[in-house]
Amino acid sequence: MRPPRALWVPFPLGRPFGAPDNPDFQRRVLLATLQLLTADSGPVLADFPDDAPGDAGVDAAADGGWACPVSFPAPPVDPADLGAAVAAEIGRLAPWYEAARCARGRTTVGVSAFSIEAATAHAARFLEAPPPETGAEGAIRLKRALEDLKAFYSEAAAAQPGARGDDVADWLWRETALGRLMARLGQVLAAGDDAELRFLAERSLVPRAQGARRD
Amino acid sequence: MVRLSDLAEEDRDHLLAMPCPQFEDAPWVTGPPLSQRRLAVVTTSGVQLRGDAPFAIRTAEYRVIPGDATAADLIMSHTSVNFDRTGFQRDANVVFPIDRLRELADEGVIGTLADYHYAFNGAYMEPRAYAGTAREVAALLRGDAVDTVLLVPV
Repeated sequence: MRPPRALWVPFPLGRPFGAPDNPDFQRRVLLATLQLLTADSGPVLADFPDDAPGDAGVDAAADGGWACPVSFPAPPVDPADLGAAVAAEIGRLAPWYEAARCARGRTTVGVSAFSIEAATAHAARFLEAPPPETGAEGAIRLKRALEDLKAFYSEAAAAQPGARGDDVADWLWRETALGRLMARLGQVLAAGDDAELRFLAERSLVPRAQGARRD
Repeated sequence: MVRLSDLAEEDRDHLLAMPCPQFEDAPWVTGPPLSQRRLAVVTTSGVQLRGDAPFAIRTAEYRVIPGDATAADLIMSHTSVNFDRTGFQRDANVVFPIDRLRELADEGVIGTLADYHYAFNGAYMEPRAYAGTAREVAALLRGDAVDTVLLVPV
């Protein structure tokens, strides 16, 4: 594949312009890309020379790494009731989510038609057989509910500075009831009869890196 | 594109196993100076306006991002789970640099921004599956007098 002009960048997937909340660095990357338009002949493939800086104003390594600011004491619910456990976590995270939303003036929650509470209940229903919905529509509705839940958790966790993408992902998948719920969903749906839900479970539910860590 | 060495082994193996399509030619055109160019963003990041229909899994559809959209208007319904979204959650410009582009246009570094930008869902589809809607977007870009496209893959 030979696009006419391409800038290779060393940034993590999902961050093509390098670093959030760093307009100077984003501008550098953008200008380096636009500069390719001045080439007389092509195709052109150039390398951006610098790694993205860490979170602005924070050196996670220096301060011992990031830890989620919200603690989750054992909720007074049946530990096997993952839906209730997630609902309890949402209650603890909500103030941080709202603080982040107000500080940034935006949220990425809203892909699904569910409230966060309804998204939790909807996802939990898929832990039992038979699933409440099936087929392509059922699978995508479940996925969107989960994406909103993940966004809610991630935005709440990142309300405190120092949270890098890997830190938040590891916390979400390894330390929360939501992570346990989604992992359990992957197992249940992968063993089910519906092809679309199986595809979701096998390809679009648990990140490859997180799935390998759980094995 | 991240260094392969910085990826988890599973992600690295997945990317290395992906087929790389071969094309017979390499398109190349020149244009006016950057300060006279009209630029649009076309991205596979799965961004959309809040309230628009989210992307389905395995779709070549696109979403229209109006040129006056703000970061607060944007959400992401990309269907891959194998990339970090926290950057976008904190600052949409790390994926869709709308504020940075407006600044460059205001400064005269680039000419003008298009009336519309476009987003696709870059997951689970072979590149050729996007040919039909890509041509549709190309026609829309021509109608918008766009002569420069910033392709942002995610």
